[in-house]
Amino acid sequence: MSGATHVRYEILRSLRNPLIYGLSIGLPLVVYYAVTSSNRHAFVYAAGVSFPLYFMTGMAAYGAMFAAIGPGGRLARDRARSWTRQLRITPLRARTDYLAKVLAAYLVVLPAIVLVFLAGVTLGVRLDAAQWFEMTGLLLVGLVPFVLIGLILGHVIATDALVQVMGWIIVFFALFGGAFGSLFNKGAMLTFVKLLPSYWLVHAGASALHHGDWPTEGWIVLACWTAALIPLAVLAYRHDTGEA
Amino acid sequence: MTGEAPRRRFRPVWPSLLDRTGPTNDDCSVATVSTGSAGVKAAGLTKSYGAVQAVRGIDLDVPPGETVALLGPNGAGKTTTIDMVLGLRHPDAGTVTVFGVPPATAVRSGVIGGMLQTGSLPDHLRVRELISLVASYYPHPLSVDDVLRLTGMGDLAERRTTTLSGGQVQRVRFATALVGNTDLLVLDEPTAGIDVEGRHEFWQVMRGLASQGKTVLFATHYLEEADAFADRIVLMAHGRIVADGPATEIKAKVGSRTVRATLPGVDLESLRALPGVTNVERHGDAVILSCSDADAALPALFARFPEVRDVEAAGGSLEEAFLELTAGDDKPGPEGLVAQ
Repeated sequence: MSGATHVRYEILRSLRNPLIYGLSIGLPLVVYYAVTSSNRHAFVYAAGVSFPLYFMTGMAAYGAMFAAIGPGGRLARDRARSWTRQLRITPLRARTDYLAKVLAAYLVVLPAIVLVFLAGVTLGVRLDAAQWFEMTGLLLVGLVPFVLIGLILGHVIATDALVQVMGWIIVFFALFGGAFGSLFNKGAMLTFVKLLPSYWLVHAGASALHHGDWPTEGWIVLACWTAALIPLAVLAYRHDTGEA
Repeated sequence: MTGEAPRRRFRPVWPSLLDRTGPTNDDCSVATVSTGSAGVKAAGLTKSYGAVQAVRGIDLDVPPGETVALLGPNGAGKTTTIDMVLGLRHPDAGTVTVFGVPPATAVRSGVIGGMLQTGSLPDHLRVRELISLVASYYPHPLSVDDVLRLTGMGDLAERRTTTLSGGQVQRVRFATALVGNTDLLVLDEPTAGIDVEGRHEFWQVMRGLASQGKTVLFATHYLEEADAFADRIVLMAHGRIVADGPATEIKAKVGSRTVRATLPGVDLESLRALPGVTNVERHGDAVILSCSDADAALPALFARFPEVRDVEAAGGSLEEAFLELTAGDDKPGPEGLVAQ
């Protein structure tokens, strides 16, 4: 069967969800302007970049994480309405459904990222085209674990608790990943936060500035998270669909 | 006459619908299922939830083109049976095939349209969008406009799914089951929550479908629905099939009218010889006749015994047949309440 229509409606449903605009676009933009306007000439020595650029990637990552888990929320709502069960008696394949959800997540993530980048430009961030693309690309790769986390939560958490749980999870990853400013510069805690996928999301800005300064460590962390989350997502799907 | 009226009113609608099936989804790479072979076949199906035996070994055969009602009270195992036919649950024992293949294969190839007992609609979509979306899953869907009209949702096509009333949601759910233009329709209590008028319209549409050769399996606890609409009734109670046959046959089987009369000193054998009488009991001066055909028995009773007094006739509804057939079975116990 053709998945094109399914993808189209997944995107449409994402864009019609008002939460997307508040959490993944409005919130990071407001925080970015509020914090950066008075610190636009500051420099973050630890990351080796200007504060507007540093905080721009932080806020882009923060908003993008909310956008990335969006399909998980939709899945939970469909599950609560037994619509996922109805879908299981149509020819729609589960993998088509998942691919559509991941695709929809990324199409909503993009504007969330680009708007924060534009905000960065208005506060003096200047990068060449290659750097913008590299930064965007690294952010998109770094979001893979968050799309998966969203889908897993969508399968296992009841809808009324979901916004709370997802909110706290995102805040945890954003905070420790350094989206609001890096918390640790050395020691065991730095080692710990470097194991978080969000650390590397936030790191995308610095990497882009130094052209390809994205250590193998970053790839390994993201690959490990993805490799661990995929079987969890399969388990969550099986648990949710009972005996399938 | 009244029974014929809905069919006649319906006919002008349906052929136009058939002429105008929606665009074929050519890129559908679906397995081919031969729908010419046996429709739904289940043998020895059992299913338990923990200690609760929801379905206790049932055999079910729905030939292609037939409309079969699964009739039974709550907890009879209807929904569990339907879930197994749809591949949503795996039987503990026994087999089920749909058009000769396992349910999951049949579902993937797009030959089953289903309406589950409960459920609502996904949000952030309009009615028309939702029906189009579901249509896109099937290889040969009906036209969305026709399905909207047929289910009486034409005026509400642009409404958001979350703003609909309960009855309207049910209509849209019906529309999503129809739009796939599938050879088999499996409907679990499809008219629950629909008002009398809506129910009438629903069965009009279903009659049209059945007359087009669709195979229909539906669960209901409305006796009149099963009686009026199904070719065959499969009566379930406590996870078993307790009767299976044409509605008339099931009525005849146990749907006997009981005739009571005062007839002192009568010879029971002469009563038993009356047409339509299957059994006779004496209680003092009173006699109780069990009749398979009370319409024949009563005139004969009056003709043969003019002195008969206090004649009362009772029962004979499918409801009574239902109670009689299900009462004798082993008691449901607490599990009967949750077996659905």
